[in-house]
Amino acid sequence: MSGNVSRRKLITTGLTAAAGVAGLGLAAKIADHYGLIPPDWGGIWGPGETLTYATQRLLMANGSVAREFNRSDVSKVVPVSGPQPKTDPYQRLLAGGFADWRLTIDGLVARPSTFSLDEIKRMPAKSQITHQACEEGWSFIAEWTGVPLSYVMNLVGVSEKAKFVVFYPFDASWDSLDLPDAYHAQTFLAYNLNGKDLPADHGAPLRVRVARQLGYKSVKYLHRLTLVDSLKHVGDGRGSASPSYGYSWYAGI
Amino acid sequence: MATSTYLEAGAIREANRPDTARFSLLVRVTHWLNTISFVGLVVSGFGILLAHPRFYWGETGGLGTPSIFDLPLPFMLGGPSGWGRYMHFQAAWLCVLTGLLYAISGLVSQHFRKNLWPAKGQLSWNSLKSDLWNHLRFRRPAAEEAHSYNVTQRLSYLVVVFFLFPLMIWTGMAMSPAVTSVFPFFVRSSGGYETARTIHFFAANLLVLFVLVHVAMVCLAGFVQRTRAMITGRVSGGRVRP
Repeated sequence: MSGNVSRRKLITTGLTAAAGVAGLGLAAKIADHYGLIPPDWGGIWGPGETLTYATQRLLMANGSVAREFNRSDVSKVVPVSGPQPKTDPYQRLLAGGFADWRLTIDGLVARPSTFSLDEIKRMPAKSQITHQACEEGWSFIAEWTGVPLSYVMNLVGVSEKAKFVVFYPFDASWDSLDLPDAYHAQTFLAYNLNGKDLPADHGAPLRVRVARQLGYKSVKYLHRLTLVDSLKHVGDGRGSASPSYGYSWYAGI
Repeated sequence: MATSTYLEAGAIREANRPDTARFSLLVRVTHWLNTISFVGLVVSGFGILLAHPRFYWGETGGLGTPSIFDLPLPFMLGGPSGWGRYMHFQAAWLCVLTGLLYAISGLVSQHFRKNLWPAKGQLSWNSLKSDLWNHLRFRRPAAEEAHSYNVTQRLSYLVVVFFLFPLMIWTGMAMSPAVTSVFPFFVRSSGGYETARTIHFFAANLLVLFVLVHVAMVCLAGFVQRTRAMITGRVSGGRVRP
């Protein structure tokens, strides 16, 4: 009697497991089609990372916005994480007040372009006061001013094939965003922090500001953006420099 | 003497069986999956903590701003918090999915009502006092406790399942910039991002304390026998200590 029960349980469990595996296979195909698989999906941490990314992409599908704060909430201290690049050409451009600095936008765009800092500052500016948490655990609230990345992308005409924007800074921390985050209303190319020109250690002359992810996605010291349809052949193929240091590509957590 | 304890406890039917069912398959499977995920969460949580072992209250905090306390640990950057995060969320997924399975089946099968909700009489002051006293003196549990939970167990399991784990998930969600963009109430109700982080830390400590006491009690009751019961689901009648 009890033997039968456990056999039945065993069969039921086996069937459930088989259905689960088949379901996972199908789910993976559908997920890839809808852009729910992160570039660092491989390896032992892939399953958790993929579940997080896919779930959050679905949750945020209708363009949720990060909380915005009042000027009175702005933190008095804005900690520096990772100092400015100490080498040329960055130091040379910094010394010249970034007059010779240019932002290049290329890849899958209709009109590959370069912009000077003045040209970017003449684009329609927006400000936001948002909370930024570092993956380490500390956080601050600051006011960022810049041009929405979506404005610049529309200006150069992004191809329908493009799926990611890759950011190249003067240091080694290259990174990328998927298009839902790149086009998001709170994703800025920021040149101003708390009413002043972006200080060098905070990413001068231009940095990305991504409100719905941890701080390390807000790449500093930008000089080039590239639109691509796949991250497989960019760098080591895992979407950013972060996975090689042990950090996830997606940082919505 | 011992047999009369059994008779009084009304557990004689169970005890006289040579091989009695103790834990359902689902409780056993979820117990061990949760064990794996909990170890992963604690190890990786500690790894993440090492990146910044300081705690704050409110929305923000960092070096150069006042903390509410600093742990005597080194600031370790670049390593543990990276793989720590990958591991933390993978373990959290396992924990949450296992927890959902456990909670739903526990409600449907009435496991919570029958086995975890304090039985009649257990909530009386005298019964609570004597049970707690037995625990505090590390007295070996009575034999019938191999077959059902005593009141201290029931209450602490209920607190863990219905308060501490939900609190961990709630404050965890409050720390996610993506989740709070969709559900800002997680962080608002927590009193801010850094407060959520601090509560998350304290609740984690309580869970670790629970596990330490739980394992100590299992050792006291007979580690091999109780662990086998949680694996095979059975308590062999002949081996129950009187």
